[in-house]
Amino acid sequence: MTAQNPPALGTSPGTISNLLWTLVRFREAGISVFILILVVAITLRSPSFLSVDNFEDILLNISILTIVALAQAMVIITRGIDLSVSSMIGLVAMMVAFVVKQNPEMPVLFAVLLGMALGAVLGTFNGLIIAVGKVPPIIATLGTLSIYRGLVFFYSQGTWINSFELPKSFKLLSKGTPLGLPNMVIVAIVVAVIVYYFLNYTRTGRDIFAIGSNPDAAQFAGIRKQRIIFLVYLISGLLTGLAAVLWASRFESAQTNTGLGFELQTVAASVIGGVSTGGGAGTVPGVLLGALLLGIIQNALPLVHISPFWQLAVQGVLILVAVVTDNLIVRRAQRTQK
Amino acid sequence: MTQHSETQSATLIKEFAPRRSFLAYFQRWEWLLVLLIAVVIVANTRLSPHFLDARNISRTSSDFMELGLMMLPMAFIIITTGSVDLSVASNLGMCASFMGWLYMHGVNIWVAALAALVLGSLAGFLNGTLVARLKLPPLVVTLGTYAFYRGVAYVLLGDQAARGYPKAFTYIGQGKIPGTLIPFSVALFIVLAIIFGLILHRTVFGRYAFSIGNNENATLYSGVPVARIKIILFTISGFMAALAGLVLAARFGSTRPDIGTGLELAVITAAVLGGVDINGGKGTIIGAVLSLLLIGLMRFGMGLLNVQGQVQGIVIGLLLILSILLPNIAQQVSSVRDVRINWRSVLIGLGALAVFLAFFLFFFWSRALVIAGN
Amino acid sequence: MNEHILELKRISKSFSGVEVLHEVSFALRPGEVHALLGENGAGKSTLVKIVTGVHQPDKGEIFLNGEPVHFGDARESRQAGIAAIYQELSLFPDLDVAENIFAGRQPVTPGGRVNWGQLYAEAGKLLESLGVKLDLKQKARTLSIAQQQMVEIARAFSIHARILIMDEPTSSLTLHEVDELFGLVRRLRAEGTAIIFISHRLEEILALADRVTVLRDGSYVATHPTKEVTRYGLIRLMVGRTITDLFPKQDVTAGEVVLKAENLTRPGSFYKVSFELRRGEILGLAGLVGSGRTNVARAIFGVEPPTAGRIQVEGREVKITSPQYAIELGLAYVPEDRQLHGLIPAMPLTSNISLPMLPHYAQMGWLRDTRERKSAYDAARQMEVRANNMWQLARELSGGNQQKVVLAKWLSTQPRILILDEPTRGIDVGTKAAVHALMSKLAAEGMAILMISSELPEILGMSDRVIVMREGRVTGTFSRAEATQEKIISAATQDVATIGITL
Repeated sequence: MTAQNPPALGTSPGTISNLLWTLVRFREAGISVFILILVVAITLRSPSFLSVDNFEDILLNISILTIVALAQAMVIITRGIDLSVSSMIGLVAMMVAFVVKQNPEMPVLFAVLLGMALGAVLGTFNGLIIAVGKVPPIIATLGTLSIYRGLVFFYSQGTWINSFELPKSFKLLSKGTPLGLPNMVIVAIVVAVIVYYFLNYTRTGRDIFAIGSNPDAAQFAGIRKQRIIFLVYLISGLLTGLAAVLWASRFESAQTNTGLGFELQTVAASVIGGVSTGGGAGTVPGVLLGALLLGIIQNALPLVHISPFWQLAVQGVLILVAVVTDNLIVRRAQRTQK
Repeated sequence: MTQHSETQSATLIKEFAPRRSFLAYFQRWEWLLVLLIAVVIVANTRLSPHFLDARNISRTSSDFMELGLMMLPMAFIIITTGSVDLSVASNLGMCASFMGWLYMHGVNIWVAALAALVLGSLAGFLNGTLVARLKLPPLVVTLGTYAFYRGVAYVLLGDQAARGYPKAFTYIGQGKIPGTLIPFSVALFIVLAIIFGLILHRTVFGRYAFSIGNNENATLYSGVPVARIKIILFTISGFMAALAGLVLAARFGSTRPDIGTGLELAVITAAVLGGVDINGGKGTIIGAVLSLLLIGLMRFGMGLLNVQGQVQGIVIGLLLILSILLPNIAQQVSSVRDVRINWRSVLIGLGALAVFLAFFLFFFWSRALVIAGN
Repeated sequence: MNEHILELKRISKSFSGVEVLHEVSFALRPGEVHALLGENGAGKSTLVKIVTGVHQPDKGEIFLNGEPVHFGDARESRQAGIAAIYQELSLFPDLDVAENIFAGRQPVTPGGRVNWGQLYAEAGKLLESLGVKLDLKQKARTLSIAQQQMVEIARAFSIHARILIMDEPTSSLTLHEVDELFGLVRRLRAEGTAIIFISHRLEEILALADRVTVLRDGSYVATHPTKEVTRYGLIRLMVGRTITDLFPKQDVTAGEVVLKAENLTRPGSFYKVSFELRRGEILGLAGLVGSGRTNVARAIFGVEPPTAGRIQVEGREVKITSPQYAIELGLAYVPEDRQLHGLIPAMPLTSNISLPMLPHYAQMGWLRDTRERKSAYDAARQMEVRANNMWQLARELSGGNQQKVVLAKWLSTQPRILILDEPTRGIDVGTKAAVHALMSKLAAEGMAILMISSELPEILGMSDRVIVMREGRVTGTFSRAEATQEKIISAATQDVATIGITL
């Protein structure tokens, strides 16, 4: 009874539709092809797109997104969502910037660790409310989105940190290239590798998929659901804290509206990258490709003389396309099962 | 709980439920809101002499009407689908921008307004079709349209602003009912709230909404046109978002493409705080209206105490979380069978408390450094 | 070693003041298949949930291998070696077969890394030793129900469960799959595992179990070796009285054709299905699970319309595209799964019963409470629904009463064509008889009934004519006189070879 999907009664798929079908089913392949087509199309319109400088620019742009999107992906895999990441970025960036301004001789690494610690605390708050308090993630993070953003205003009293108030070492944290590539990019790569290993080679990582796939069964199987859900939000905070420090370093500022609206992009990168909103499915390469796609579009629009105001609209369409294709896949799979 | 099949002389099923005690009647979420409102009013009256000033209240009340207008269909959508329409504020922005764009190109304001209403309804219709016909999850669909509609708003107006609306139009957002202090928008909201409330609680359509929210499949199998109802709901949501956009644009007297950004979260907050169950199937319009009143009074009071808008968000956010958290904790505590103290939980609780304490100490200490320096 | 691997002594349990189990004692030996039998509401699932730690007993003790134990939650019982397979299967749809078997316990290298090579190797060995052929990398979502159960059993095997509980495992299996399942169970028994087997199917219990314990109304009745009991004996123990006639079908002269299906086709579900249904007759639709019968019913009712073929209702050709339209045409469909498609568990009985006809109780959309209430009440009374009052929530009723509510709902639409999908599944014998009597009465009054059933005795006892389906096609048509078990099974399986169970 080795059952692969048997051909449905009465259908005879052609080879082209078969190919399309395979591309759709294997998300990473599909996005890669789409990106390739996009790159070709853009380069034809604007040859300056295909340059090392430009490519580095894109990588810079998506490094921070990648870090937070990976965290968001893990949350979504557990059937949750973390809408508060944008406010966490704002708050942690502000706090770290304040400390760095007052202590310019402080080792930069310290700032990074501080940011991660602060982020972890914020993530802990989310995690407790959701895992222990059993508040639905969308409500909980909706609430903390407001709370943390309010704390930014309360903290800064309307002031903000400017570029000249920050020491050079801090500004170099993200953009310096001691290792050839800008530090941010390296950090993003390291984070991606770690998350990949975590999700694919540790029991806890696999448990995350199990919980998202069937929460009740996970409970019965002895998986410590509460603990792991808490952990996922904690990690989200931790990584977002790291991203916040990089943000402040890259944009050399911390303002009350830092990070506003960023949560949408992290969810977009995840969803486009194949993370299922029903939980239980998603891959690191997928998220990376999703972020890359968003980065390319952001970069390419001005190059092909499309007003950057279109960016948001395009993101929206991409999300819709991703979701529609996802659901078509699931529906097809279920139909051939009977 | 489970009745056994008996063949002894039948216990005839009764037609009516046993009378609930007087106290039981008050164990409703709406009464809790009333209580909170009373507390807020009392507290604020003591803190701010201008709190109960009719003119002040009249002025601030219109600040919340756009929120209120979008909250009415949102409650419906949450009840019916257990999910939310994240695109309402973007829809608002798109329609207001569309109207502004038309107006700046010479179109009569009322025609432009009508066009905006049509656009909003179509946008809602798109949401509904994707959700109902393609069976996609509302959260993600409206996340996509949240980006898309806002994007359209930016494409239309760019970094311009539409302005110079005629007085007849701005009356919608700024004017009052002649002879009273009641703003037009408030009156509009009240009328619509009553209509929505009646529909939800006293009509076939409303009953269908509750049924679908409780068990969509069984409702479908019972011959209810589920897909059509969902499409109607999302279309109405789009219409109300457009209407809210008109009111907001009229109130501001101008329109920028970022108008209304972030409002969707406030709308959802108000609905959930109002007792609409995020899982679907439960909720009342009265509760939603009361929660809007509560939020409005709280923000007004905080504003009088010079608390910044964003900082007010801390209170509102906490309120939202606590409104779900506290009942949950109460339930968990009451269903604990073991009276013995779980030392591990206590330790964890204390640990968490210590962490948060440390956080806030650091918060205030690091802040003081810079603020003092400035 | 103790003779009994598991002993429950005088277990009592109440929920909200209603006593569900009263001083029930139960003993399980290693290496035996022990059936647990009882009507709905007898307490079987509560007893099982106490064994698995989901509930805790109010009174009484549990002994595992002679030692007293206390399970605070499902995890603790699992760690003690108790595994349960419920009707709601607990696999992870997005994980593959191998990972499902080892979920939560993946083999790790000394460094803590998940050892995938070892995981797949061990999973492969396990399935092979059980004689199960499955693609290890296949996602559980795409497995059939029988395959999913195999994986669940493999998982129980892999945790070396000493006690395996199976709750109604065969209700969604084909006869062939039941055979394979029983083979696995016998293998487990040979290894010394003790198995608690809950089923409503007496024939299966008599074929597979070593001993059977009967519960009635929350109390222990008796335990007997299955060699020493008969089918009727068991029924008498379950019910406390004799049921003489389970299938009271009167003979009726059928009237004109009210429903005619011609070459109905839907790729992946059914192919060129044709039949006729007459007024006053009960047409039995037999076949194995998965043969497409429910899909045909759903197609006729407008939930998933056919892509080809014609339907005629009362002589007129129609295209039924929604349940709403189907109801207007005089059809009614009582679905297979009460909880999922038949009822709205969290709403009161009144709202449940009135739902299809709701516009009738309204004026221009405005609901008229009194009209609705009266109508629903009458319907419930007629069906003799046993509940406290009409405002009880549907989920609080027993299975049999819930089915009565569903029937009340549909009968209030005054249909002329009634489609029943497994009308007596999961229902106690008493209510079953009542449902059959009702069907008979309705047919006598002129209702045309299409009855989908997987229970051969029900098909043979209640149908005027029988149609058999296999893999989406009609493979046999028999009149009441012609129909025999062998003919139906043969048409259902196209397999004349004997199956391990005599029905």
